Amino acid sequence: MIRHLLAAVLGGVVLWYLTTQLSSYNDYQVGEIACYVVVLAGLSLLTGANGQISLGHGAFMAVGAYTLGLLMTHTATNFILELAAAAGVAAVVGVVIGLPATRLKGPYLAGMTLLFALAVPSIADKWPATFGGDQGLTVTAPTAPGSLGQEEWLTWIQILGALIVLVLLANLLWSRYGRAFRAVRDDEIAASLTGIHVARTKVMAFSISAACAGLGGALLALSTGVVNTGSYSLTLSIQLLAAMVLGGTGTLFGMVWGGILLVYLPQWSTSLSSDFNLGSGANAYLATIIFGVVLIVAMLAAPNGIQGGLRWLWAHRPRQGGSDHAAPTPVPVSAGD
Amino acid sequence: MTLFWDYTLNGIANGMIYASLALALVLIFRATRIIPFAQGAAGMLTTFIAFSLISRGWGYWWVFVVALLIGFAIGAVTQRVLIRPLAGKSELNPVIVTIGLLVVFEGLAGAIYGNASRGFPAAFSQRGLHIGSTTIAFSAFDVFIVVAVLVLMTAMLILFRFTTLGLRMRASAFSREIARLLGVRVGLLLTLGWGLAGIAGSLAALLAAPTRSFSPYYMDLIFVYSFTAAVIGGLESPVGALVGGVISGLCISYVGGYLGSGLEPLGALALLMVALMARPEGIFARPPARRV
Amino acid sequence: MRRRARRLTGWALWARAVVAGLMGCALGVMLVPATAQAASTPGVTSSSITIGATVPLTGPAAPGYDEIAPAMNAVFDWANAHGGVDGRKIHYTYLDDGYNPANTATLTRKMVLQDNIFADVGSLGTPTQSSVQPFLNQQKVPQLFIESGCNCWNNSKYPLSLGWQPPYTIDGKILGAYIKANFAGKKIGYLSQADEFGQDVVKGLDMEIPKSSVVSRQTYDASTLSGALSNQMAALKAAGAQVVVLATIPAATALAMLPAAVIGYSPQYVVDSVGADAPTVGPLLQSFAQKGGATAAQVAAAGGLLNGVITTAYFAPESETSNPWVQTEKKILQQYAPSLYAKSGLDGNTQYGVALAYTFVQALQKAGKNLTRQSLMNAINSEGHKFVTPGFVPLSYSSSVHFGFQGEQVVQLKSSAPPAVTPTGSWIGGVPVGPVETTNAGSGPINKYTGPTSTPPKSLSSTA
Repeated sequence: MIRHLLAAVLGGVVLWYLTTQLSSYNDYQVGEIACYVVVLAGLSLLTGANGQISLGHGAFMAVGAYTLGLLMTHTATNFILELAAAAGVAAVVGVVIGLPATRLKGPYLAGMTLLFALAVPSIADKWPATFGGDQGLTVTAPTAPGSLGQEEWLTWIQILGALIVLVLLANLLWSRYGRAFRAVRDDEIAASLTGIHVARTKVMAFSISAACAGLGGALLALSTGVVNTGSYSLTLSIQLLAAMVLGGTGTLFGMVWGGILLVYLPQWSTSLSSDFNLGSGANAYLATIIFGVVLIVAMLAAPNGIQGGLRWLWAHRPRQGGSDHAAPTPVPVSAGD
Repeated sequence: MTLFWDYTLNGIANGMIYASLALALVLIFRATRIIPFAQGAAGMLTTFIAFSLISRGWGYWWVFVVALLIGFAIGAVTQRVLIRPLAGKSELNPVIVTIGLLVVFEGLAGAIYGNASRGFPAAFSQRGLHIGSTTIAFSAFDVFIVVAVLVLMTAMLILFRFTTLGLRMRASAFSREIARLLGVRVGLLLTLGWGLAGIAGSLAALLAAPTRSFSPYYMDLIFVYSFTAAVIGGLESPVGALVGGVISGLCISYVGGYLGSGLEPLGALALLMVALMARPEGIFARPPARRV
Repeated sequence: MRRRARRLTGWALWARAVVAGLMGCALGVMLVPATAQAASTPGVTSSSITIGATVPLTGPAAPGYDEIAPAMNAVFDWANAHGGVDGRKIHYTYLDDGYNPANTATLTRKMVLQDNIFADVGSLGTPTQSSVQPFLNQQKVPQLFIESGCNCWNNSKYPLSLGWQPPYTIDGKILGAYIKANFAGKKIGYLSQADEFGQDVVKGLDMEIPKSSVVSRQTYDASTLSGALSNQMAALKAAGAQVVVLATIPAATALAMLPAAVIGYSPQYVVDSVGADAPTVGPLLQSFAQKGGATAAQVAAAGGLLNGVITTAYFAPESETSNPWVQTEKKILQQYAPSLYAKSGLDGNTQYGVALAYTFVQALQKAGKNLTRQSLMNAINSEGHKFVTPGFVPLSYSSSVHFGFQGEQVVQLKSSAPPAVTPTGSWIGGVPVGPVETTNAGSGPINKYTGPTSTPPKSLSSTA
C-alpha cells in the first residue's frame, strides 16, 4: 500500500519535471498517454486478473465522455464531481453489460462486447438533440491557475488521474477482492467452494473496469474539447485490446507501454511511411500496413507483451562472474507492481 | 404487408452472407479455439484480386473458382506461418495477430487498389424476380447467394459426417492429444481447417461485394454481424452458423426497416443478449457438462 | 606508456565531443522557444508560408475526398512556380485523419503546436472539423474554407472558422423550391443521412415543400452503412413516393438506386450535390449491369440510372469542356499534378480542390506583404466578394457571414448519346434547368442572381 503510494509519488515527480521540459504538443501527448493508461489499466484488471475479455471498452470511454459532456452542458457542478460521475455512470452501464457476461465464456463475451462497441455510438447518432450529433458536446477543462500553460495544466490533471487510478487498482489487486478475482479466473467452481460469490465477483470486476474506461474517456475528452461519436469507433475498442496485450496482459505498469503504443505507433508509422514517397494515398495506407506488421511482429517476438519481455530480459540478464544459466525467475501472473 | 415480405427477403439474402462468414469463424474456432478477426478482410482481399482478374478479361466463373482457392491459400498460410508458432501461449495472442492481419490486409488493398470507387460484378442479374405482375425484392443473384451458401454448407457437412478426413478433423478438434495418439496428423488438419474457412470467408466476400460499396472496408460490418451469427449459433456448429446467420439477417432487417437503420446494431445486441441469456453457449451447443 | 597516452587522448576527445554535443543540445533547447517568440506570425517567414490540413486519405470516407488536397497542392505548386505570393512559397502539408475526429484533434494540435502552421486550410468534414473548431479559434489559427456545408461554421463565437461550399440548407431550399414548382401534387419521399448533413438538407427542403406532400422520411446511418439501402427504398416505394430526394454521400446514392432498380422502382430522383458527382457515383452503379461478360451497352444502361437525376451545381461541371474554368482547371492539374490527373481526371472533387486553393492564394495576395493571421481574415472578410472563382455567384464572406458560396443552380444530369464510357467517367453532365439563385441558410427568400460571373485570370489560364 505505502509502496504503491511512494512509487506513484516518485513517478508523479518525474513526470511533473518532464512536462515542464517538454513542448506543449509533447505535453498533450503525455496527457493522452495518461488517459489511455487509465482505460488500459481497467482492461488489464478485467482480462489479466479476472479472465474476462472485453472488445467494448471504447464504448465505455464514450459513456464516460458523454456523461461529462452532458453534465458540463446542462449543469455547472464541481469538476471533480463531474469526473466521478463519468466513472460512476460507466460503472453502472458496466453492471448492465456485466450481468449477462457472468454466464458467458471468452469468445461469447467477446462477441457481445463487440456489438456493444458498435451500438453505443449509434445510440448517440440516433438522438442528436441530446447528444449533439456531429458537432458533439463541448467539454471545457478548468482554466489553468496563474501563468501556467493550459496544455501543461491539463496534462497534470490527466497524469494525476492516472496515478490515482493505478494506486487504487494496485491496492485492489492485493486486497481480498483481488484474490477473489484471480480465484474466479483460475477455477470458478473451486472459487465458489471457498465461499466466493462467482457472479458477483465477475460483475464487480467488469464494473470497475468499465469505470476506469469511463474515467479515461472523460479525461481524454478534456484534451479534445469536443465529444462526438466518430471518435469512439469499433477500431478504438479493438486497438485498446491490442495495446493491452502488447503492453503485457495483467500487469499495471505494462499499460504505460500500451498507452505509449496507442499514441506514438500511428505517428511513428506515418513518419516512417512518408520516407517511401509513394504518393499521399499509398503512403497513408503504408502507415496502416506498418501498424499492422508491428502488431504481428511484436506479438510473435514478445508473447507476454512488452512488460513480460522486459521481465524475461531482466531474468536473463548477463551476470558478472556468475553462471550463465541462472534459473529464470518465473514471470509473475499477478498484477502486483 | 408487401413491405414485410421485402424486409424478410432482404434479411434472408444478407443472412446467408453472414452465415457463410459465420461458417468460416466456426471452422476456425473448432480447430484452434480462436476468433480470427482478419477473416472478413481476407475475403475482401481475395475479392480485390478477383476484381483485377475480371478487369483483365477473365471469365467470372474462372475467377470465382480461383478466388476461392486463393482464400484457401491465405487461410492455410496464415495458420502455418503466424498462428502455429503461438500454439500453447495465451489464447489472446493469436487473436491480436489476426487483428494485425486485418489492418495489414485493409492497408494492402488500399495501397494497391487505391480509393477509387468501383463496382464488383454479380454472377446473375440483379433485377428483382417477378411473381405474377409484382416485382419482389429478390433477384436471380440473391437466389444464387442462397444456393451457393447452401451448397457450401452441405459440402462441409458431408465432409465432416461421411469422410475419414472429416472424422479426423473432428477428432483433432475435439481433443488434440487423443487424436495425435491415434496417429492423426493434427497439425496438417488444423491447417486444412483454416484453409476451408478461407474458402467460406471468400465466398461470403464474393457474394457480398456486388451489393455493397466495394472498398477495403466493406467486410468490417459483415464481420461483426457474422460473429454475432456464429455466437448465436454456438461457435461449434456449422448448422448453427446457418441458422444464426439467417436469424441475425432477419432481425437486423426488421429492426432497420421498422425502427430505423440507426438502431440496427442495438437490435443485434438485444438479439444476442436474449439468445445468450437463454443459451449461454449458443443455440446449437451441446448441453454443457459441469466438470468439477 | 606511449600507447596508453594515445588512448587517453582518444577518450578525452570523446569526452569533449560529448560535452560539446550536450551543450549544443542545451543551446538548441533554449533557442527554440526564443525564436518561436521572436517570429511575429507563426508559419510565416520572408520566403515561406506553412499551412496544413487534415483530410481522409484512408478509410471509408477516403474515396473521392482524397483527391481534393492533392488538387489544392497543384495550385500552390503553380503559385510557387510563379514566385510564390509576395515572394513567399506556400508549403502545404495534409495529414490523414481517416475521418475520425479523435485523430483530427491530435493531428491538428501537432500542426499548430509543433509544426507552427499559419492557417488550417481545406480540412474536410463536419464531425472532424467540429472537434477542432474551439481549439483553432482559441489558438487564433484561421480555420479556412472547411470542406463541409454545415450551418455550424456560421457561429459568431468562432470568427476564424469559415466554410466555403454552399451550406447544405441552401441546397435543400433551392431543390425544395424547384420540386414545389415542377412536381406539384406529386408524392415526395426523403432518404437522408442521419447526421448534420442530412438534417441540414431536410431542414431546407421542409422550408419549401409542404409537409403534407412528404409521404415518407427514411434515413440511414453513415457509420453502419455497408449494404444496399433496400429497406429504405422498399418503404419509399410502398409509400408511393414519386419524387425521391436523396441527401446522401456518393456511395449511398448508388446503394439507394441499385436496390430500387431491383424492385422495379424508378421515381424521379433529386440528389443533393454532395452525392451526385457522376464520375464518382457512375462506376459504383455500373456493377448493376455487369455480370459475366456484360456488353458495353448494358454497362452504360446502369450509368443510365443517373440519367435524368436533378441536382444542383455551384460551378461548371467537368462535362462542360468548353467552359474556360474547366479548361483552366484541367491545365493546372495536368501540369502540376500529373499523377493525380492520370488517376482521377477532372471531377467534382479535383475541381473543388483547384477552386478552393485559388481562393486561398487570392486571400494571401490581398492580405499583402505584412502577412498576419488578422490581415488574412480582414482581407477575406472585406475583399472576399471580389475574389475570382469558378462559382456561379461571388463569395459572400463578411464579418458576420462565414459561408463562401450562397447560391447555386438546379441542373439535370444527362448522359450524352451515345454514352462513351471512360475510366474517369466523363460521360454524364449537368444541364441547367433553372436560373442561378441565391439565398441564405436561414429563412431568407430565394432570389435570382443576375450579376456577372468571373472568368479565370490570364496568369492562371495561360499557365503552361
